[in-house]
Amino acid sequence: MTGYLIRRIIGMVTVLFALTVIIYAVFYIAPGDPAQLACGLKCSPVQVRQLRGQLGINEPVYLQYAHFLKGVFAGRDFSSGAGVLHCDAPCLGISYRTNEQVTSMILNRLPVTASLALGAMVIWLLLGVGSGLLSVLRRGRFTERVLTSLTLAGTAIPVFIIGLLLLLLFCAYLQWLPFPSYVALSEDPQQWFWGLLLPWVSLALIESAKYARLTRSSMLETLAEDHIRTFRAYGVSERRLVTRHALRGALSPVIALSALDLGTMFGSAVLTESLFGLPGLGKLMVYSVNVLDLPVVVGLVMVTGFCVVVANAIADVLYAVADRRVVLT
Amino acid sequence: MSSPTGLLAGVAQVWRRLRSQRAALTAAIVLAALVVIALAAPLLTAIEGQDPTTYHDTLVNSASGGVPIGSFGGVSADHWLGVEPGTGRDVFARLVYGAQISLLVAVGSTVVQVLIGVAVGLAAGLGNRFLDHLLSSTTDVMLALPTLVFSIALMAVVPSGFPRPVLLMLVIGLLGWGGTARVVRAQTLTLRELDYVAAARLGGSSRWRIARRELLPSIAAPVITYAALLLPSNVVSEAGLSFLGVGVKPPTSSWGQMLSTATTWFRADPTYVLLPALMLFATTLAFTVVGDAVRTALDPRAASRVRVGTKGAA
Amino acid sequence: MSEHLVEVRGLTVEFPVADSYVRAVDGLDFTLEAGKALGIVGESGSGKSTVAFGLLGLHRGTGARLTGSVRVADVDVVGADDGELRRVRGELAAMVFQDPLSALDPYHPVGDQIAEVYRVHRKVTRRAARARAVEVLDRVGIPDAARRARSRPHEFSGGMRQRVLIAMALACEPRLLIADEPTTALDVTVQAQILDLLHDLRAETGAGLLLVTHDLGVVAGSVDHVLVMKDGRAVERGTVAEVLGTPREPYTRALLAAVPRVDAPVHPVDKRGPVAAVAAGTGGAAATSDGGDAAEAPAAPVSGGASAAVGPVGADGDVLLEADGLRREFGRRGATVTAVDGVSLTVREGETLGVVGESGSGKTTLGRMLVRLLDPTGGQLRYRGQDIGALGEKALRPLRHELQMVFQDPVSSLNPRRSIGESIADPLRAAGERDERRIRARVGELLERVGLDPDWYHRYPHEFSGGQRQRVGIARALAPEPKLIVCDEPVSALDVTTQAQVVELLGELQRDLGLSLVFIAHDLAVVRQVSDRVAVMRAGQVVEHGRVDEVYDSPQHSYTKGLLAAVPVLDPTESAARRAARAGAR
Repeated sequence: MTGYLIRRIIGMVTVLFALTVIIYAVFYIAPGDPAQLACGLKCSPVQVRQLRGQLGINEPVYLQYAHFLKGVFAGRDFSSGAGVLHCDAPCLGISYRTNEQVTSMILNRLPVTASLALGAMVIWLLLGVGSGLLSVLRRGRFTERVLTSLTLAGTAIPVFIIGLLLLLLFCAYLQWLPFPSYVALSEDPQQWFWGLLLPWVSLALIESAKYARLTRSSMLETLAEDHIRTFRAYGVSERRLVTRHALRGALSPVIALSALDLGTMFGSAVLTESLFGLPGLGKLMVYSVNVLDLPVVVGLVMVTGFCVVVANAIADVLYAVADRRVVLT
Repeated sequence: MSSPTGLLAGVAQVWRRLRSQRAALTAAIVLAALVVIALAAPLLTAIEGQDPTTYHDTLVNSASGGVPIGSFGGVSADHWLGVEPGTGRDVFARLVYGAQISLLVAVGSTVVQVLIGVAVGLAAGLGNRFLDHLLSSTTDVMLALPTLVFSIALMAVVPSGFPRPVLLMLVIGLLGWGGTARVVRAQTLTLRELDYVAAARLGGSSRWRIARRELLPSIAAPVITYAALLLPSNVVSEAGLSFLGVGVKPPTSSWGQMLSTATTWFRADPTYVLLPALMLFATTLAFTVVGDAVRTALDPRAASRVRVGTKGAA
Repeated sequence: MSEHLVEVRGLTVEFPVADSYVRAVDGLDFTLEAGKALGIVGESGSGKSTVAFGLLGLHRGTGARLTGSVRVADVDVVGADDGELRRVRGELAAMVFQDPLSALDPYHPVGDQIAEVYRVHRKVTRRAARARAVEVLDRVGIPDAARRARSRPHEFSGGMRQRVLIAMALACEPRLLIADEPTTALDVTVQAQILDLLHDLRAETGAGLLLVTHDLGVVAGSVDHVLVMKDGRAVERGTVAEVLGTPREPYTRALLAAVPRVDAPVHPVDKRGPVAAVAAGTGGAAATSDGGDAAEAPAAPVSGGASAAVGPVGADGDVLLEADGLRREFGRRGATVTAVDGVSLTVREGETLGVVGESGSGKTTLGRMLVRLLDPTGGQLRYRGQDIGALGEKALRPLRHELQMVFQDPVSSLNPRRSIGESIADPLRAAGERDERRIRARVGELLERVGLDPDWYHRYPHEFSGGQRQRVGIARALAPEPKLIVCDEPVSALDVTTQAQVVELLGELQRDLGLSLVFIAHDLAVVRQVSDRVAVMRAGQVVEHGRVDEVYDSPQHSYTKGLLAAVPVLDPTESAARRAARAGAR
């Protein structure tokens, strides 16, 4: 187990390293001149040259990357027109636009995305596993067919359509809910809850369809296994077979997928945030892309990539721990 | 692949199984209709007498900021599905041309994903330990990329001269082959341990010959299944990127872009939300249902049931 | 009401397949008295397991159609409501399944699983149920039962898992034990232990036993009555001594004749025709009760000539393949497993070398190294004096066609997506043959050679039975005109009658084509039947080797002795004597 963990961590670090190299290569080298991009078309050649010096992109590429890495681990200094800007240890660079540290910009937005992702996860787990379980218990009946159709529709529908329809229904027509907005949990828990309810539900409806299918299919798979037949042959009731034996088999993939999804959510909540106007990482991403604020874009890609890689590793370990049959190698 | 009659028999069998599912059949008809609509977009708009790019300032109420005049978003004999709020462009024409983009990008990116995925997966599965390790790690990195965020960033930095639909295909395709590669590699690793592959080696077949004759035909089924699931997700990816404003650029129309516009208008003009939403939903649902049916039809367990049936007769 | 423990009248079971029904059991009648044991014997597809499942009403909800009456301990299983049926399951009749690994829930400790079953039928506390689980685990011979009750199934060996399943069956003290192929997944020595355990338990608890098996040797020492099934019907029934000793029906006789005998001193099959072998075998089984030696003796001269021609000792055949200290490790640094640990052996031209061993003995790994499907990690492998152990794939290719293999699993050894003709033609095409007509002709010839219709070129593997597929596999191995064929458990997946036919075919081919064979199997009797010389493997090493008669008749190594003693014999009296001997040794 320990050996496996060590290997897994080494693998994770390698993947992260490769990720930064790729991202750095793609965004700082490939599309030409970041200074030109940053400055826009109105810049004079002189201004561009000045900006390049400021950004430290007159140096060879590998040096730039080395500086970037140094920034991540030890912090670095940027010379701007006015003087020197210091950027603290996990330094992902400085925004071209606002001269703010990318790290702190991201950290400021993190609670929004985290609130969204965690809240939605609670709902989608309850909804998804619940309806998956129900459709197995009621298999062959009308309930199952309805649930199967609903989940199929759920996997097909994009989140921004569900969100728009819910907005239309609950905020515009029925006016039962306020238009979503973000209020920090520490400020006003009640407003935090009501402001996020619609985004949570939209996101959860989409995700829960996936979980319902997963729960259902792994339970059905388990129910087809020989050991279920054994317990059936010993007089164990169908309900107990489903809730005790089959559900246990579905648990490991569900847990593993949740870990994975939670990690991915930090990047893929972009659409939800954008639709509901929540000031999270996704919103920052879209804004930075539109104003071509490259350090912020790169920083965000790296942070979200980091989340996915870590989530991947956690998912693998959880899966193995939950499923005793898997041998870790 | 080895024998045309065998292949035909297989296709016929899969088709028989598909045909027996009514939902799948309906979905297939919907898909066929969408393809026809996309191909015939110029013709359809010509029949309507409109085009997707002309502004009609007179059809929107400039006092209210551009809400279409008339009921249901300005539906009239000239504009069958009304006009776009703000600009007054014809909604029917934009929807029909949107189908073109949606299907083109979805199919194109799926082809890119499958080609790269199969090549990488096969090479990893058949190669020596070093090659396998290298390619598998690359696949892991690809899967670890935050795809949506990365695509947004890529779409933004590529110079605007590059044709956007092709760019969309490439970005979605190049970022999304990891899953296919993993499926193909796993399948290859399983297959290459099978006795019939060992027998082919003993028969003097080279690696390439084994890959072509013994492995590829068996890999086809899981790849088709997986590709069928990729299609709807690629439709959503394109719509999502366009929704965020980094997909196709105006005046090209896309459902995602229409939905994005709709977010600012949905209180005043709900019809404009519902139409592209419906199209997008119908497309992804149809792809998903068909994909689901293909999976069931190609399911080895379903196939083995059929086999047991014939065994009794033989 | 009825005095029988089990009473089955006119039982018919049909399964839905495509649009119609397939009849698995067809109007079966039988009874079992309390405390007695009945063996149901049949080949695959005979419907024997369906009967066992029917006793517990396990067909409910599967879409199967069941008619007739089934009474178990005075409960009408067909008409019982769900609650009543659950009482039958586990409380009155308990089932021991075939594959002990998949038959237990991998997530829960075995003690909990037994306790769960116990609590379904007895209103007791969780603690009391756990105590009962430990008690029965201890009874079936699980050492340190209290601690092992907390282990999960994968932490047990195959034999121990089967004991756990038996413990579960014992938990509620049922009046009937149903064992469905309880030892098929086990090695022969473990099989003997499990059968002994079942025997002891029956004597102790007075429970009835219904033993379902394909193996006639398994029923010989374990039941009172035998019912032979074929195609869903009862072919023959009677006491075990009658059915195995003086069978009346031709099918039973053929079945018995096809069973390879470990105590047969001659090569009954590969040196004679099939009819003669069947006749002699039947005569032997019918006439004697203490080993077949005397009865088979007249047959010996018939085979004598052929036997001498391939005689193993001396210089009559040149050495074709020679392994010298061959080794193979798996896994990477730290956790290596040595599958083959320094094996030295020779294969001469035209002879059959048998390799026997239980699962995990390394025999398959050895076989794959001999044809260079696996690279040895140590030692030398010489083919006609040339060291081929370290040759690369390219350098090996010219030699490839001389060393071929026949595989165990007739399903995975043929590509399901290619016609059998294409599979057989593959070595020809790989060798550069382009003339379609010549390829067709050669494939037709090969198909005919292995007893199949030469016009079946375009058929697909799923259209064939297991035995036919194995013939296709043999034809493919013959296609490149090899000098040596390694047969890795070529008949272990086949029914006993098919098994005999395939073994017969291999012998015939060897005789006609002058092939050398390496015959790898776990079944000692089959190996004896076909081999000139034999090597006994255990834990990666050859513990004993020599002429087949010498090894079987006077084994030197204690492992070989144990192995031979554990082989089930067809004679009930002998079987009982051996059981007593094993009990004495314990």
